[in-house]
Amino acid sequence: MTNNKSKTLRGLFLGAGFIAIAAFIFTGCPSQQRMLDTGDAAQKVYVAPGEHDEYYGFFSGGYSGQLSVWGLPSARLLRVIPVFSQDPETAYGYSEETKPLLETSYGFIPWDDSHHPHISQTNGDADGRWIFINANNTPRIARIDLTTFQTREILEIPNTGGNHASSFVTSNTEYVIGGTRFSIPYEEDLDVPIDSYSDAFRGALSFIAVDQQSGRMELDFQIIVPPYNYDLGRAGKGPSSDWVFFTTYNTEEAHTMLEINASRNDKDFIAAVNWRKAAELVRDGHGRTMPGEFYHNYYAGKQGYAVNDVKNGVTVLDTREIDEDFIYYLPTPKSPHGVDIDPTGEYIVGGGKLATVIPVHSFSRMLEAIENGAIIERIDGIPVLDYDSTIIGEVENPGLGPLHTEFDGQGYAYTSVYISSEIVKWSLETFEVVDRIDAYYSIGHLLITAGDNVNPEPRYMVGLTKTAKDRYLPTGPKQNHPAQLYDISGGRMQLLKDFPTIGEPHYAQAIRADKIVNQVAQIYEMEENDHPHAIRRIADNRVERDGNVVRIFMGSTRSHFRPDNIEGIRVGDTVYIHLTNFEQEWDVVHGIAIKGANNTELLVAPGETKTIKWEPKRTGIYPFYCTAFCSALHQEMQGYIRVSAADSDVQLTWRTGTN
Amino acid sequence: MIYPKSLIIAVFVSFFIVFAQACGGDDTADRTSGQAETAEAGLSEFELEHGVGPITERIELSDEFDPELVEKGRNIYEMKCEMCHNMEGRMVGPALGDVMERRSAEFVMNFILNPSGMVREHPTGQELLREYMTAMPYQNVMEDEARAIVEFLREYNELN
Repeated sequence: MTNNKSKTLRGLFLGAGFIAIAAFIFTGCPSQQRMLDTGDAAQKVYVAPGEHDEYYGFFSGGYSGQLSVWGLPSARLLRVIPVFSQDPETAYGYSEETKPLLETSYGFIPWDDSHHPHISQTNGDADGRWIFINANNTPRIARIDLTTFQTREILEIPNTGGNHASSFVTSNTEYVIGGTRFSIPYEEDLDVPIDSYSDAFRGALSFIAVDQQSGRMELDFQIIVPPYNYDLGRAGKGPSSDWVFFTTYNTEEAHTMLEINASRNDKDFIAAVNWRKAAELVRDGHGRTMPGEFYHNYYAGKQGYAVNDVKNGVTVLDTREIDEDFIYYLPTPKSPHGVDIDPTGEYIVGGGKLATVIPVHSFSRMLEAIENGAIIERIDGIPVLDYDSTIIGEVENPGLGPLHTEFDGQGYAYTSVYISSEIVKWSLETFEVVDRIDAYYSIGHLLITAGDNVNPEPRYMVGLTKTAKDRYLPTGPKQNHPAQLYDISGGRMQLLKDFPTIGEPHYAQAIRADKIVNQVAQIYEMEENDHPHAIRRIADNRVERDGNVVRIFMGSTRSHFRPDNIEGIRVGDTVYIHLTNFEQEWDVVHGIAIKGANNTELLVAPGETKTIKWEPKRTGIYPFYCTAFCSALHQEMQGYIRVSAADSDVQLTWRTGTN
Repeated sequence: MIYPKSLIIAVFVSFFIVFAQACGGDDTADRTSGQAETAEAGLSEFELEHGVGPITERIELSDEFDPELVEKGRNIYEMKCEMCHNMEGRMVGPALGDVMERRSAEFVMNFILNPSGMVREHPTGQELLREYMTAMPYQNVMEDEARAIVEFLREYNELN
């Protein structure tokens, strides 16, 4: 902020006497942060009204369980996609169509903790077909379709406690990976003492195959591994495309006070898994099937109700039983957190959370070490490679607590450093730090535009931080998590913008908008509406009773419902309102809300059919209305439902338009 | 030198305002002249009679109705039109039972295919909006489908 331009600006304002006032207002904020001249920074993030951003940013919601969509560089919030948590605004997890998505082997779960969104890839670059995201707490992976920006599928992962090392995809989206953060007994529901940890507990690495046409996921196999904590994962690129990598900590096998007990060993491991070979072993019959119930929830058609497909078993590969090697441990200091693969696929960077250096392994050296048998021991049959035989560099002075690394494709890596709250840029040639910049405050993950791709785009970087403290107007003891946008197109990192986010933006990815924009659906086409309770002709609007179940087949357009006067509902009925929006114009949404319903509203997109369940408990006249401001006559868009006593003989009737 | 951010933003913003006003002025001028041009006088004779939209010349209509086309039109009509139109008597929009006597096929097709343009630019469209207070929405109907709806409405008019 000391360049010539700002001096000129200062001259402009001195006479006006503004400086004193403004300086007074901003007392205490002589910023030490390194950023461009404010005007230049503003220009770089300014996207004019009506113009579009250059990138979509997909930010995980962390403990909100959702996925938020941002325009970058403006940092405008475009949408929040509900994934693992109920969302009353959109009726996600409340409507009959979406409730099955949140079913698990533990029953219906209204919430989870979503951490690592990852966009599907083709040849190592994000392709914008789907985005996957993991649920950490009750282990699951969701797939969101990037034509409708809708959660289409959720797969539960058995034998896993904390699906944290997930949901990273391989170079051609052959697999989405998962890993257990907590080791647990492999036999489901096994009731054993906790201190039987080393004997009874095991880790599981999961490989979920993806159908390239439909995107449908299938748990192909799991690998049973020693009872460590499997923290994060990444797939290889280019020459290492057939491999995935997981970090481990707690090789001490502690089950209490991990803060101390899991921090003793000098080195833990990065597990390198040859997934192609593992898949071949499975095909050749080396796996065995272990029982285990898990739910697979998805939409079978374009619309309709998500279905629950309950599975009862998984194919596992146990390293103790298989002679061939397909997984190797790379000793890595010291409780490594992130493991990140550079765009060439050669460098495997560990985030040595408690280490004083950033360790960098070489993929080609790893292959040589395997070839040369540089094995120092075997753990449950897994070869542990000699540290010196795989390591190629250690980045000195990275700051305290290096976590995650992304790459710019220009020979540089950018590592987030939690404890000293900064991002360090270092050279993949010299392994020396060349630049560092503060993060506000306590950074976790970071993203680079088109990061974790074979061809990253060195334009912007976003740091995802854990506490806001004084960054924005205060909003009480708990504040939203911040993110900071940096310009990395020049030699040095420059801070451009600082903005609050939704939930905890744990990890995020950004993809060039033109890879997605043209495929985005503007309506659900009525001709393709395959919902079993849709009405495709308005003449079909009706009410049907089957015992105590009443189904209202309703249509909406600007600005009325059909039917809008319904009588003959009784206390004790279970009423399903199937609302089909007859609009075929982009973004013309209708909603419905019923007085006293112990449920949410529905919001129904053009051409969509959605269902809300209503169990009226009192007699009376129940008004309902459209919740989405749809036209000048929106306020007229309303109706009445008459609810009579359980033993009433009021006939079931419905009508529209005749007073 | 530490610089109060607000001042720099203020300069930037005023800069932008000047710039934006200049651009905005042009834009407004365009729109005004555009409106003047299309307000009745700016429409061609064809457009005045047959509407504004993708149908720009007369289409061929035979005296015989094509039953397949009628059926296709009926299906689309029931899915995408009937919500707001009766054949007899006004509803959200005007009755359509005799619309083929009142309007040309091209006019009806243009109204279906370009409803927002029709109420904005065509005097009859503007009049209808004033009367019904609801602009007809675009219902994602393709040109061949609009033609089928016309066939269905022609037959209805003939038979009723």
